Amino acid sequence: MIELNDVHKSFGKVEVLKGITASVEKGEVVCIIGPSGSGKSTILRCINGLESYDRGEISVEGLKVHRDAPSIVNIRTQVSMVFQRFNLFPHRTVLENVVEGPLFVKKEPRAQVLERGRALLAQVGLAEKADAHPPQLSGGQQQRVAIARALAMQPKAILFDEPTSALDPELVGDVLGVMRKLADDGMTMVVVTHEMGFARDVADRVLFIDGGVIVEQGPAKALLNQPKHPRTQDFLRRVLHPL
Amino acid sequence: MKGFWHDAAEFFPILMNGVALTIVVTIGSLLLSTVLGLVWAMMRVSGIKALSMLSASLINVIRGIPIIVLLFYLYFVMPDLGVTLSALQAAILGLGIAYSAYQAENFRAGIEAIDKGQIEAAQSIGMGWWLTMRRVVLPQAVRIVLPPYGNVMIMMLKDSSQASTITVAELALQGKLIASSTFKNTSVFTLVALMYLTMSIPLILLVRHFEKRAGKR
Ligand SMILES: Nc1ncnc2c1ncn2[C@@H]1O[C@H](COP(=O)(O)OP(=O)(O)OP(=O)(O)O)[C@@H](O)[C@H]1O
Ligand SMILES: [Mg+2]
Repeated sequence: MIELNDVHKSFGKVEVLKGITASVEKGEVVCIIGPSGSGKSTILRCINGLESYDRGEISVEGLKVHRDAPSIVNIRTQVSMVFQRFNLFPHRTVLENVVEGPLFVKKEPRAQVLERGRALLAQVGLAEKADAHPPQLSGGQQQRVAIARALAMQPKAILFDEPTSALDPELVGDVLGVMRKLADDGMTMVVVTHEMGFARDVADRVLFIDGGVIVEQGPAKALLNQPKHPRTQDFLRRVLHPL
Repeated sequence: MKGFWHDAAEFFPILMNGVALTIVVTIGSLLLSTVLGLVWAMMRVSGIKALSMLSASLINVIRGIPIIVLLFYLYFVMPDLGVTLSALQAAILGLGIAYSAYQAENFRAGIEAIDKGQIEAAQSIGMGWWLTMRRVVLPQAVRIVLPPYGNVMIMMLKDSSQASTITVAELALQGKLIASSTFKNTSVFTLVALMYLTMSIPLILLVRHFEKRAGKR
């Protein structure tokens, strides 16, 4: 469903993606792990055209991703994104945040969209917060609203960029719980994360990225329990046993 | 003091004609400067290099010319170029253009203060440039822009007196005309100052209200 073929990307003189080739099948959950600065966010941002790429090709359901082409709107309505810092619209209520895309981008009928928005808020456990403004919510609640906003677009896939790393530890569980349920329901997900437990339990496959290349990839349990490449082994040792 | 009240009662009706023109000039040029300022600011943040550079140079040219020279140009030079404007039209046009540069910089600062994450979130749900501006950026920028906008309103109210230099009989010029025919300088100009102040005070309070609101959240 999502295909990356030899994708290269530089910021100025620094090449941050050095030939990424990967694919994500429908219904699959793929986790991307790797050290800071390895290019994980950049991969997600290239997939939904927040960033352009220099060489190679990315396609979503056969449609080529090109940041500056009109077709990008089509791709973005099919592939939603959840950000590390939530990026909810603070001047709108929680429900307005959720229905913004369907109402103003997809121009769906209002009554139907509002009903779906409320149902989605109930699904992420925030039905009673519909009329609150995002700054009044905890980080965990805000991130769950952001997930509801992504779902409201009725996307074919959702990209998550470290959805829990800006959260207080006690709020991480709620967000991961919502994501776990999505995965069980068959949503296609690409998740950049440092939550190895989540990756092991929920992901079908894990990609380990370092220095802009995929160093190792494979089924989640196999890669996380018996990493083959020394750099993967080293990274996992440091993440799982700090100090 | 008794003399002042007597003079005030006598001159007040004539000065009110000046007040009416002052208000017309201020509101007219405020609207024009707001529209032009928005256009310059949008060009500046459009991401299109040619538009952004054109707007930047326009702003610099406008900022570099004194308002009074702009007014003279519109009123005295334009007729030579075949465009005749009434004094009132020239005043509104001149003040509107002059202040559009300040408005534009204010609007741009407000737009650029919006977190980049907001724009990315808007793009990620498929919003294009204009929808992102209208639904996400501008509503948030308004909060930031309003206090300085209120200050511009106060400055424009006072600078509307520059229209007197091209014969618009607004409050300052009315005062001057009365004073030079009656020689009651003290009474007349005290009254004129009080009338400007009376118009400014509500605006000053409005700015304070905007500042309080912008401070919240
Ligand atoms: N807009 C940008 N301009 C210049 N350099 C950038 C830009 N965005 C990212 N980079 C650089 O590209 C490299 C990869 O960044 P990226 O954000 O993809 O890493 P990451 O793997 O997501 O790291 P982290 O775990 O810290 O989020 C980094 O060295 C970063 O400094
Ligand atoms: Mg990142």
